[in-house]
Amino acid sequence: MPTDTPGIPTDLLMAHLHHMFSFHFMVNAFRAGTIVAVVAGAVGWFMVLRRQSFAGHTLAVVSFPGAAGAIWLGLSATLGYFLGSILAALVIALVPRSSSGRARSQESAVIGTVQAFALASGVLFVSLYGGFLDSLTGLLFGTFLGISDGQVVVLGVVAVVVLAALAAMGRPLLFATIDQDVAVARRVPVRVLSVAFLVLLGCTAAEVSQITGALLVFALLVMPAAAAQQISPRPGISFVLTLVLALAITWTSLAVAYSSVYPVGFYVSTIGFGVYVLAAAGRALADRVGSRSPRRSAPTAPTALAVQP
Amino acid sequence: MTSPDAPGRATAAGRSTPPGGPDGAATSDGPAVRLEQAAVRLGGRTIWSHVDLEVDPGQFVAVLGPNGVGKSTLIKVLLGTLPLAEGHATVLGRSPGEAGRDIGYLPQRRNFDPGLRVRGIDVVRLGSDGDRWGLPFPGGASLFARSRAERRRIDEVIELVGATAYARRPIGRVSGGEQQRLLIAQALVRRPRLLLLDEPLDSLDLPNQASVAALISDISREYGITVLIVAHDVNPIVSYLDGVIYVARGGVVSGRPEAVITSETLSELYRTPIEVLHTSDGRMVVVGQPEAPAHHADRHTGHPH
Repeated sequence: MPTDTPGIPTDLLMAHLHHMFSFHFMVNAFRAGTIVAVVAGAVGWFMVLRRQSFAGHTLAVVSFPGAAGAIWLGLSATLGYFLGSILAALVIALVPRSSSGRARSQESAVIGTVQAFALASGVLFVSLYGGFLDSLTGLLFGTFLGISDGQVVVLGVVAVVVLAALAAMGRPLLFATIDQDVAVARRVPVRVLSVAFLVLLGCTAAEVSQITGALLVFALLVMPAAAAQQISPRPGISFVLTLVLALAITWTSLAVAYSSVYPVGFYVSTIGFGVYVLAAAGRALADRVGSRSPRRSAPTAPTALAVQP
Repeated sequence: MTSPDAPGRATAAGRSTPPGGPDGAATSDGPAVRLEQAAVRLGGRTIWSHVDLEVDPGQFVAVLGPNGVGKSTLIKVLLGTLPLAEGHATVLGRSPGEAGRDIGYLPQRRNFDPGLRVRGIDVVRLGSDGDRWGLPFPGGASLFARSRAERRRIDEVIELVGATAYARRPIGRVSGGEQQRLLIAQALVRRPRLLLLDEPLDSLDLPNQASVAALISDISREYGITVLIVAHDVNPIVSYLDGVIYVARGGVVSGRPEAVITSETLSELYRTPIEVLHTSDGRMVVVGQPEAPAHHADRHTGHPH
């Protein structure tokens, strides 16, 4: 067993990578994974700040009946993923989102209802298709085998559109997320932004579903963003960190899954979970250390206004 | 009613510093806020009507009254996010909503989620550029004069409100008083001529109420900014006020504080015996004011449905 043998593991790793990338399906898996990681990281960063993880999860789950229904009808699964998620995003967007607690609980009730119905429909479509257990596992827990060049192109085009839209509305969206009342007063179109973001989230969930499966989308949408926000409270840094973590998690998972019999979604989720736990523990530790240091100096200090009458 | 002696006018009283400051000249040509025969209806119910009101530039005016009576509604009308059912409103000489850049707004709110991992300075910055489309250009401050000026202004207002020590900590992790100072900085960052503050002292402890009230008053005087401050407790601010607007039972009474803050008016307003004492330095002390009803479950609904 290689306990401490410097040099050799690197050679083994290079050989492993070389071997892996000699297969076209693995190259495509890495292309698709990279695209999906960037989009999921970027959209997930906003989703975590907006506390819309439940909506994101539902939009991903809804991609499952979309894909299953599309396969049953003899259409492309990719089309089904996107149609399911975008339609569900519009349904959720119909529920008025307001800052009052009652409207928010109504929103989650509607989301939960949509999600339950979607799962049931998906199971029905799989039965109707007379599908194999294989395809069900793939839809729910992800597969990286057999991603075609065409699928990579579709993922890439959707990703570019989603990222461009997100870049265009990034700052007002952050404003509306953190400080909705002031944003409304400043004429930021909060409602339009909310609907637009849900549609972007739907597109993203559909993209991620195709790699991690519908049930494990959380792994790429939530975990990198949540971990990065634990690490840094600076928006720019935590945003970039989210992308880095999402890419690292995806690439590692694909490389491990290549020499393993288990679904790639398991590795994405497990590594993502590990990263989040580390980040949260580090944050808790840093907060504890920070609260011991003398920082309670200024809470009720007099105003720093220089000119007093 | 536009005559200067009309009862609905809140005039400057004993004000030593005339409204001045950098923008003083632009504000001197009319009232900062004017309502004429204004009425608001929400869901078919009239909140208030026949409201005539004027606030002069540079004044520090409190909006007082029982809960649910339409104080926040008044602020929303002035912001232009709620239309008048009747009457006419002018804000800084324009229609409500057209004066957006010149208004700093602090909404009534609970505190930020303790888990929100965004720094106070980022929240202040959103007040400066949050309504601009796109993303901030990385490293823009070292490339563009405008970005540099904005960054300087953000540091300046944070220092002005005394928040420099904690502006770079996650806003969910600082105290209520510290959050309120950061939000005042956010409202000030675009050099507004009018500040609309909806219960900024709400949920603060007494020392923080006093220091935040002093801060707002200093800013109003120093920069000639008109301030409308919604409050349910007049005590922390009474010594700074130029005028008061009482919103009560469908109507509005406004005027100089010493003319309106009287035992009779307050007793009638709060439906409980209240005595107003005058101290030797000209301050008014309100005794017997009912306990600030900050813990009633319905107080944050703001307006009826």
